[in-house]
Order: sequence, then C-alpha cells, then structure tokens
Amino acid sequence: MEKTVKRRTRTQDVIRQLRKNKTAMFGMGMMLVIFILCAGAPLFAPHDPNDSDLYRGNRPGFWSSDHIPGFWLGTDYLGRDILSRILYGGRVTLSVGFVALGFALVMGVILGLVSGYFGGLADNLIMRFVDILFAFPALLLALVIAGTLAQRYPDVSRITWSMVAIGIVYTPQMARVMRGAVLVIKETEYIEAEHAIGSSTWRIIFKHVLPNSLAPIIVYSTLMLATAILDAAALGFLGVGAQAPSPEWGLSLSIARKYLISGVWWAATFPGIAILLSVLSLNLLGDGLRDALDPRLKGGAKL
Amino acid sequence: MKEYILKRLAMLIFVLLGVSIITFALVRAAPGDPAIYLAGQHATPEKLEEIREKYHLNDPIYEQYLIWLKMALHGDLGKSIQTNEYVTREILHRLPTTLELSLFAIIIATIIGIIAGIISAVRQYSMTDYGVMVGALFGVSMPVFWLGLMLIFIFSVKLGWLPVGGRLSTGIELHRITGLYVLDSILTLNWTAFVDSIRHLILPSVALATIPMATIARMTRSSMLEVLRQDFIRTERAKGLSERAVVYKHAIKNALIPIVTVIGMNTGILIGGAVLTETIFSLPGLGKYIANAILAYDYPVIQGFTLFFATVMVLANLATDILYVYIDPRIRYR
Repeated sequence: MEKTVKRRTRTQDVIRQLRKNKTAMFGMGMMLVIFILCAGAPLFAPHDPNDSDLYRGNRPGFWSSDHIPGFWLGTDYLGRDILSRILYGGRVTLSVGFVALGFALVMGVILGLVSGYFGGLADNLIMRFVDILFAFPALLLALVIAGTLAQRYPDVSRITWSMVAIGIVYTPQMARVMRGAVLVIKETEYIEAEHAIGSSTWRIIFKHVLPNSLAPIIVYSTLMLATAILDAAALGFLGVGAQAPSPEWGLSLSIARKYLISGVWWAATFPGIAILLSVLSLNLLGDGLRDALDPRLKGGAKL
Repeated sequence: MKEYILKRLAMLIFVLLGVSIITFALVRAAPGDPAIYLAGQHATPEKLEEIREKYHLNDPIYEQYLIWLKMALHGDLGKSIQTNEYVTREILHRLPTTLELSLFAIIIATIIGIIAGIISAVRQYSMTDYGVMVGALFGVSMPVFWLGLMLIFIFSVKLGWLPVGGRLSTGIELHRITGLYVLDSILTLNWTAFVDSIRHLILPSVALATIPMATIARMTRSSMLEVLRQDFIRTERAKGLSERAVVYKHAIKNALIPIVTVIGMNTGILIGGAVLTETIFSLPGLGKYIANAILAYDYPVIQGFTLFFATVMVLANLATDILYVYIDPRIRYR
C-alpha cells in the first residue's frame, strides 16, 4: 500500500509554528481584542466621548467611593468619560500607526524590490537616499515633517500629516529589509531556472521574488507597527498630531498631565496603559512570528 | 584600517550633504517669506529688502542653498524668530542639559542592561531569566512620555521624594562653568547643588533609559548565550575552571563586543526620547527647545537643530563602527 506524504505549504508551516507559540498567540489575541473594542467603540463605549459636564469633572472611577455609577474609569477635567474616550481614541492612534505603516510598507517594498532586483544605478541612488534618511533621529524627523506640512497645508487634517510623516520615516528601514530579502532570493537556483525557461522579468518579480521575500517583511512590519503606534502617540502628545477635542491617546495624556499635580492620576494612567498594551501585544506577536518564520533567529535580540 | 576610516569619512561628507539638502528643502517647503525668518518678525520692509539682498534670496534656489550651506559651515545658522537669538548660540547654551541627561541615561541603561542580560543568560529558563525578559519586553513597549508622567506622580506628587522637574531647586546657586550641573557643582565644591542636581536628574534619566536598557539587556542575553555555546568555553570548562571564572573572565569579554553597536544604535532613540523627556520634566535642553520651535514654526531653529542632531547621529554611528573594529580583532574592514 502506498502512503501519501502530506504536503504542507510554507504558509501552513508557519501557521503551525505560530500556533504552537503561546506568547505570539497571546499577543495576537490581545491585539484583536483591542482592535475590536476600538473599531466597535460606538457599540461598546458607555458614553459619548465628547459629552462633557463640568459638574462631574475630574471624578475618580470604580476604586473610589466618590465615583459616579457608569463612569468606570473616572472622568477627565471636562467631565468626559475616560473609558469611552480611550475606546474612541484608539481609533485615531491605531489608524495613524496602521496607515503610516501601510505607507512605509508599500514604498519600502517597491524601493527595496527595484534596488535589490535591478541593482546598478537604481540600487545606488535608492540606497544612498536611504542612508541620508537614516541619519535623522526617527521621532525628530517625523515631528519636523508633520509640523512643516501642517503649516504649509493647514486645510488638511493634522492626523493625515502624522500618517505621512511616520510613513516616510519608516520607509528606509522597510526598503533595507526588503532589499536584503530580494538579494538572497535573486541568487537562488529556481530563479535562475525561471530565467532559463525565458520567464519575463515581471513574472519572476511578482510570482517568485515578491511572495518569497514577504516573510522578513511581515516580521519587521509587526515590530515596526509597534513603534509606529508609539510615535503616533508621541506626535499627539507633543501637539503636532491630533488636535483637541480628539480623544487621541497621546493628546489625552498631554492634557491629563496638567491635572496630575493635583492628584488626578486616572486621566493620565489609562490612556497610557492602552498605548502600552497595544505596543506590547504587537511586540509579542512580532517576536513569535520571527521565531516561526526564521527559526535560526530564535531567542535572538530585537534591535 | 586607515583606508576604511577614510572611506567612511567620505561617506560621512556625502550623507551630511544630503542631510543639509533635505533640511533646507523642508524649510523652503514651509510657507512665508524666508527673509522674515532671518530678520525677525518686526523688521521693516526696507530691512527685509536689505536681508533679501544680503542673503541672495532673489537668486535661484540652488545658489541660495549653497549660500546657506556656506553660512552653516561657518557656524551661522541664522536667528530664532521667537527670541531673535543666534541659533548656534542657542544650541551651545542648551547642549549641556541634554548631554547631562543623555549621559546619565546611557550609564544607567548600560550598567543595568548588561548586568540583567548576563544574569538572564547564565540562568537561562529560570524565573530570573523570564522576569528579565518580561521586563525588557515591557521596556521596549513603554511610551516614554507616559512612564515619565507616572514617575512624577508616584515619586514627586505622592511620595514627595524627588522634584517634579527643572534642573535645580529655586534658591540654590551654582556657578556655571561647563553647563553640566553635576560636574560644575563638583568643580566648585558646591555639595548642596551637587545633591540637588542629581535629585533632579534621577527621574528624567530613568525615563529616558528605559528603552535602551531593554534593548541592551536583550542583546546582552543573546550575545552571552551565543558565546557560552562556543568551543573555547567548553575547553575552559573542561580545563576545570570554575563556572564563575568561565563566565566572568572569558565569556563576558567576548559577549560585550556586539553590545557596543547596540549602544551606538540607541543614539537616535536617545535624541527622540530627549525631546519627550525634556518636555515632561521641563528641562531647558535641545529637545524641549526644538519641540517648542516646531509648534511655533520657528524655522531657523528647526533647520539648525535638525542639522545638528543629524550630524551628531552620523558621527555617533561612525564612532561606533570604528570602535567595533578596534575591540573585535576578528573584524578587518577594507
């Protein structure tokens, strides 16, 4: 009797590996929960995030006997419900992170592909440009770009400029990772075989090089999404991103800062925990993905 | 080696030229008349015309860039719109604050990060190891500005142990020599100011140190694990050397080499972190100043500070790479 060997694709392999990794699954679960709660904010939020009432300003939450029923995490200085503002605020902060990363991903993949596959002058030009962008401290460059663009085009929302600014800042890293992956795949024998049977360049790029270089890009994207969210909140905190009365997490923190001295810790604590948990869950997932996709790096340090 | 350094220096000049073009372009992308940035907001039309003539603002854009570059190379980055002060002077005046903060942060991050990483590696898979790794994971995920606020709330507002912000308490006098208050107070034997300036530095430098500390701990651990697996360590053990001697005399020396790179790579994180930390703790350093300048659209300051920070970063990377060659005899660049 013949026994058929069950064939698994690389993707199935990775998913199997990932499912065995408990911390990665935990990270993914946590991210999904945060994502669903924020995306469905109108369903889950107990109050309107901008419903203010000065008579209930700066009141503590469930831990205190002084709390107002229904306002579990307390209220901010305008009497707005902090829990509802966190859920709505996540929509802003997380979208800035996601869109910025998407921007960097598309730009980085294109630049990396061209640079790695075609080499020569294009490679030289792109990589030198990448070197130059790398010379700027990331957060500072994002701040300057977002600030300048917002001044130049005051009609466009500042949130859009935050997305563009963070996207530009992360493009060089993405391009480098993609280029590295493409360089490795370009030299493999099956690509050589494709050349030999006369496949067109575009066919080789889209059918073979791109899909096979996605693994490092996915790992990197997950880890970079974590820092992109941190930067999104930092721009909000410094006043360059979302503007009041947006419930954006970084902006909420910078406003809550003024009331910290008088003991109102909850307005500053909970938006920060929301940022921390989002970033943490993505880091957990990213580390797990890296172990699943590239077992050689297992236990390696993230830089 | 010499050839490598020369090549890197050529590269450095190229990158800095690119940086200057981008910084120039960013400022020129901003709306408004650059003459106003140079002359100040209250300049008369005649004065503006004079400035335009003087700085060749009526010339083609590439000539303007060359003139700006020439001025920048001579240390003239223009004047701040807000304070009408020379940007170069502002940088020099504020640098010590940021330098002191960053030095403290990097010392804390390096010492704690390396010790935690070594302990973690030596006791791999123990509770200590998991504790350190979970701590490092929280460290890299931490919003620095939030951590700063929490530290202020706990240690300043609630416990009252440490000051909320600033560099010195009011009423304490210090003769400024270097601008690094801790050093100045030692030089002038002013112990009250010494204790006070250190107390002011603790919270901001701990906040700024978190992310580098976490990356250093992770890197030390994996580098140490790598070294402990190598043949020469097995030989040392086989020779009958105590585990202590193996770890402390032989493994650490080799494991620390890649960590130099990690410390160097944290320059950018430190600069970005300084912007946030100085804002939270009201420290009159470079970071707080550029954050304010961006909100006020003070373009000469933005331009000058960005150029300065990028130069620092490029030099730090170069220094790291050269240092790496010196401490790791296996690497020979050509």
